[in-house]
Amino acid sequence: MNWLTNYVRPKLQALVRPKEIPDNLWSKCPACGHMVFHRDLERDLHVCQHCGHHLRLSVTKRLGMLFDDGKYQRIELPKTLDDPLKFRDQKRYVDRLKDARVKTGEHDAIVVAHGRIGSNNVVVAAFNFEFQGGSMGVAVGEGVVAAAELAVLQDAPLIVIPASGGARMQEGILSLMQMARTTVAVDKVKEKRLPYIVLLTDPTTGGVSASFAMLGDIAIAEPGAVIGFAGARVIENTIREKLPEGFQKAEYLLEKGMIDMVVHRKDLRQTLARLVSLLRHRGPAGDLVPMAVDVPDIYVDDDE
Amino acid sequence: MSGGMHVLDFEKPIAEIEGKIEELRRLTDTGDVNVADEVGRLQVKVDRLLRSTYAKLTPWQKTQVARHPDRPHALDYINALIEDFTPLAGDRCFGEDQAIVGGLGRFRGSSVVILGNEQGNDTQSRLARNFGMAKPEGYRKAKRLMEMANHFGIPVITLVDTKGAYPGVDAEARGQAEAIARSIEAALNLRVPMVTAIIGEGGSGGAIALAAGNTVLMLEHAIYSVISPEGCASILWRSSDAAKDAATALKLTAQDLLALKVIDQIVPEPLGGAHRNREQTIRTLSMALDAALGELTPNEGGVLRAKRREKFLDMGRVGLE
Ligand SMILES: [Zn+2]
Repeated sequence: MNWLTNYVRPKLQALVRPKEIPDNLWSKCPACGHMVFHRDLERDLHVCQHCGHHLRLSVTKRLGMLFDDGKYQRIELPKTLDDPLKFRDQKRYVDRLKDARVKTGEHDAIVVAHGRIGSNNVVVAAFNFEFQGGSMGVAVGEGVVAAAELAVLQDAPLIVIPASGGARMQEGILSLMQMARTTVAVDKVKEKRLPYIVLLTDPTTGGVSASFAMLGDIAIAEPGAVIGFAGARVIENTIREKLPEGFQKAEYLLEKGMIDMVVHRKDLRQTLARLVSLLRHRGPAGDLVPMAVDVPDIYVDDDE
Repeated sequence: MSGGMHVLDFEKPIAEIEGKIEELRRLTDTGDVNVADEVGRLQVKVDRLLRSTYAKLTPWQKTQVARHPDRPHALDYINALIEDFTPLAGDRCFGEDQAIVGGLGRFRGSSVVILGNEQGNDTQSRLARNFGMAKPEGYRKAKRLMEMANHFGIPVITLVDTKGAYPGVDAEARGQAEAIARSIEAALNLRVPMVTAIIGEGGSGGAIALAAGNTVLMLEHAIYSVISPEGCASILWRSSDAAKDAATALKLTAQDLLALKVIDQIVPEPLGGAHRNREQTIRTLSMALDAALGELTPNEGGVLRAKRREKFLDMGRVGLE
């Protein structure tokens, strides 16, 4: 400890983060209703200490807890056209976008970053649920494309972390087209035999679940995350009966064989690091890379 | 013309005159010159009214035309255009889903794999086909047949006409999202020509599962959207009465989608919509499919695949240049 850390840093932090959450703030767990002290919540990675409910995370918190030492490099995403349809419901979509940008300080619902997880260089594309429910429009599609391209460029695994209600309705058909677009994008990573891992978080539904989110080499989900295609209310209205207990929850998908594992938030970084390491550093036998030249032709990509 | 046909609200003035024509014809089958004159005069009026109405259909009216019960469905096209059609069933996993029909056949002399959403045309077939709303086994069958086409170097034709994927407990339990995603992925990986035609309603993920073709054709009054106007209205307007406004805002008409470069070509419908002249509609689409396949066929497999992928990778980059 020296004067620098003691005196300068707190001041700097005060400057950078003027709206520090007051120490006496309590939050109510949306699952069990218990009040949780915010410091405990921070310490527990926003998992309720009473019931284990995994609260939704902001994208910066998510990235901070996954990368080694919380350090990562965000990349600037290519510009896309705001409001391609000139969409207006009761409010203009451009105004909704403006509000979301002010509220979140982000440009759209996805952040792409690269850095190290367990010393492995990885590219991460994380959704920001606070931005229009994490919905996928052209800008989000562009983010997935950019992340995939960066992964290929860096010869790094791609980890995508959806938190999204689905397509961005206000971008109409162009949001639907992002399903095909993102599918091509993640396929480019897979073609290079780079690991493509999806971490499904609450919620992952609609057009996001029915495209790149369900195409991972490995699918991990956070406990209790709602994952599915159709919304529970839509299903209830269609079949007019109560939905089964635990329906569309991560554990339900695990039981149905739709995902590989459900992993507690505190174990995520370690799990991702291990998976990436197992797939990339295969040990003495696997590291005899020249042997791979003998693979039959059918495994060699002959296009592009 | 309108005998027994379902009449849409905005078609009522036309149907009224057609009713008069029929009445006149019934009154005299003697070939009365005056009556014939009057019939001819009314027929001109009908044509004029049809022309003016259909020239400026609103997106909401187009939605109704696209869903018209007398509009030709996938099986109507298949029965008329595909020789030796041999339906193939099942996903080899769970079951057979009749909401998606698929199989082998010959289109204009050459083998094709054809897939289509089929909603049925009477109560019994609608129930059997779940009103054209497929479950995972439907998309997995589609994937299987697309991959088989790829294996044998046979072109793929898809006919899209669905409200969307089925929202149900069983469908979710069996992985509806994954099944759709894999179907899209399979289409995007084909090294054979794939031509898609949106023939009625292209609804959401259930539609794109079959619609990632090299060439995407769309009938003049078909619609294609990320969500139904009703669904969009109930979410964004909080009232299903706003479906009209939602239909306009969503830009779901063939004319809008061509401008957005989401589709490649509009296939004209007969005057008054496909339901007024099914045979002509089927003929016109047949020519368009033939032309599209003809253009793609000389290309090498890797090129077809790469071009299709580039095309979908570019979706949404419109207007930025
Ligand atoms: Zn709790």
